[in-house]
Amino acid sequence: MSHRILIADDEPNIVVSLEFMMKREGYDVLVARDGTEALATIRASRPALVLLDGMMPGMSGFEVCEAVRADPDLAGTRIVMLTAKGRDTDVARGMGAGADAYVIKPFSTQELVQRVGELLA
Amino acid sequence: MRLTRRLILVLLAPGLALALWLAVTLLLVGLVTGGSGIAVAPQVVQPVAMVLLSLWLAALAAGAWVMHRLWRVHVLGPAKLLNAARIMTSDMSVTSLPLSEDAAPMLRLVGREFEHMAAQRDELRMDMARLVDEASRSVSDQRDQLAALMAELSQAVIVCNRDGSVLLYNGQARDLVRRLAGQGFENGSLIGLGRSVHDLLDKAAIAHALETVEGRMARGVAAAAAVAQFVTTARGGHLLRVSLSPIRRSDHGEGEGGPVTGYVLLIDDITLDQQQSSRRDEALLRLTESSRAAIASMQAALEMLDYRDLAPEDRDRFLAIVRDEVAAMGERIGAIAEGELQTRATRWPLNDMLGGDLIAAAVRRLGETTGTPITTAPVEDDLWLRIDSFGLIQALDFLARQLRDLQDDPVLWLRLTRGNQRALLDLGWVGRAGAGAPDAARLTALPSLAVETDGQMLGASAREIVERHGGEIWLERGRGIGGEPAQPFFRMLLPLAAVDIAEPAAQIGSRPEFYDFDLFTAGAGSASDDQPLAGLTFTVFDCETTGLDPSGGDEIIQIGAVRIVNGRILTGETIDQLVDPQRSIPEAGIPIHHIHPHMVRGQPTIAQALPVFHRFAQGSVLVGHNVAFDMRFLKLKEAATGCVFDHPVLDTLLLSSVVHPAEESHSLEAIAARLGITIGGRHTALGDARATAEVFTRLIPLLARQGVTTLGEAREASGRSQFARLRY
Repeated sequence: MSHRILIADDEPNIVVSLEFMMKREGYDVLVARDGTEALATIRASRPALVLLDGMMPGMSGFEVCEAVRADPDLAGTRIVMLTAKGRDTDVARGMGAGADAYVIKPFSTQELVQRVGELLA
Repeated sequence: MRLTRRLILVLLAPGLALALWLAVTLLLVGLVTGGSGIAVAPQVVQPVAMVLLSLWLAALAAGAWVMHRLWRVHVLGPAKLLNAARIMTSDMSVTSLPLSEDAAPMLRLVGREFEHMAAQRDELRMDMARLVDEASRSVSDQRDQLAALMAELSQAVIVCNRDGSVLLYNGQARDLVRRLAGQGFENGSLIGLGRSVHDLLDKAAIAHALETVEGRMARGVAAAAAVAQFVTTARGGHLLRVSLSPIRRSDHGEGEGGPVTGYVLLIDDITLDQQQSSRRDEALLRLTESSRAAIASMQAALEMLDYRDLAPEDRDRFLAIVRDEVAAMGERIGAIAEGELQTRATRWPLNDMLGGDLIAAAVRRLGETTGTPITTAPVEDDLWLRIDSFGLIQALDFLARQLRDLQDDPVLWLRLTRGNQRALLDLGWVGRAGAGAPDAARLTALPSLAVETDGQMLGASAREIVERHGGEIWLERGRGIGGEPAQPFFRMLLPLAAVDIAEPAAQIGSRPEFYDFDLFTAGAGSASDDQPLAGLTFTVFDCETTGLDPSGGDEIIQIGAVRIVNGRILTGETIDQLVDPQRSIPEAGIPIHHIHPHMVRGQPTIAQALPVFHRFAQGSVLVGHNVAFDMRFLKLKEAATGCVFDHPVLDTLLLSSVVHPAEESHSLEAIAARLGITIGGRHTALGDARATAEVFTRLIPLLARQGVTTLGEAREASGRSQFARLRY
């Protein structure tokens, strides 16, 4: 069974690598370029997991995360915050907003793949 | 000499006594001879009667003459002495007694003793006057010196008494308060002599600092060391760092300090520092986050490149990502190096200095230590630097002395020019003909050697000193001071001062009053009826209006006010404010007040201006000329503005009629003329307020002569005045 994954990030340079890798791992990959688009895609396509950037134009990743957690229909959506905001206050906010994991950039792609696998198991 | 009856009696007394004696003799002769003696007397006397009468007359004259002499010497002489002595006691300047030559010798001696005593008294008096004069001169000198010193300090200084009344403040404090108040029209009304410092600084913070200081002193810490520092926010979100030092009364003898009677506040506005450091923090955070994102992209791409089975076009894609991110990161770091992070220089206390002054000071110093004249090029006139001049001159001096050691008798030169966003300070040298060039490696190392002055290490190298300025130093070869090419010199990049710094503070009045130490003994300023007029704080004010009828829609268009503290008119603390009446200004009034409609456009409304005036007048007695008129305008605005003017009020018109009840005119001009005051700038609100203040200060002593000395008495006397019909 192939899980659907949404990559929401405004940096194309990271999206290219993430998309390539996740497809390689056999996931069905969607991409969103900003927060608003990400939330719309989550509502429309119901991905099993979202790789969510913290800083995006429109809605920030934190806000998207809060919006998803506020919607009972989307309760099953796994959220991995994948962001350059690395202060302990940022991590606290991300986890508080309901993220399942908070990964600070830069990160190891292998570890990320492993983490995603665990969350979808 | 006047002939009094007493004098005539005295003069005739000897002659009359002689006649009486003769008569008694004849009576005795008659009694003894049983009348026969008397009977023969005519025969005996008849032939010599004329002789006897002549003899008696002669005796009468001689007696009178002798009595006259005695009268003059023993009666008139002491009387004259008494008079002269009385004059001497009442008039301090008289030191000699006008005694005639014929006064009795004893009397003259007594007179001379009087003169000696008077001379001694005079000498003592002069000594005393001289001492008092010297003492008061030295006190006023000290005050002037203190005031001058305060003016020179780059920090804002405010001196207060225990209650927080301002006794002294310097120009920097005034400027600081203006910055706090912003560009608004209420400039300066937050600080003023006799005003409370709590308007400016948090009362609780000051009270806490005072407690801390007193606690330390109670533990035996010297007053000079018992300083408390605190940071407080003021109006407009400004952050102030305040250092409070106590003032103690010194009349308690050595060691045992008196109670704290006041304190000195040194105030720094650290808002800018704070803003700069927070900008720096922000920039740092942005740098961190953008770097993380870029590195994440690169790392992910590189890890994709690790896949052995990658298609060539995917490989190219990931390589392009890495190249792209590396280039973007380089740009970002370059931009940051140019921008925000360059503010580190502001951490060191740098001051503004005119370039010419720096060069002059450096030439003087270098000339002294190297013993050779220094060549310089003229410096651009308005080249202002923001520097630590002490450190810089130490660095220049050290370099100059080292150069002289490296090269035999060099000719040194200094040059200061404006560069691109920085000033260029060059220290160069020209070797004597035939002298070898100094060792290049040692030259290059010079800026990094610790600067040493008078055998003491300053602890920093020339490079470090320049880096404190956010500048750089290097050894360059270029045009020398005479334009000759390939000359060696050390070049320092130094920061220029911000452009608005050179603007001089606007002068207010002839000599602004920034201090009043008499307030030390004064209580917190609130006026009550039993207080003497001379010690009260007054706000003398005047309003220009659109017309004479406030209830008929006339409005205030200008408020002028000036303060009187301890009998002194404070020319530096005034209000001169145009007010937008939000209605038309009748043409009829314009020739009088000269305020045209365009002048009030954009000015504050009465609702904005009145609270400022209210605060200005806080705790004082309101004074005006025919003040009932102005008070009616103020009272009518109480409901709209919430400013209640319940101050005690005095009217110079009424007070003048108390002092000079017989005079017909009590117009401001007439009173001023009577009191010998020349007034200028009439019919502007501030001009009239000033004239009224002049009149008022001169009326106070005249009132005192009529027994009117306290506020209550002045109000009562005004109420009795024939003019006191108007009520507001």
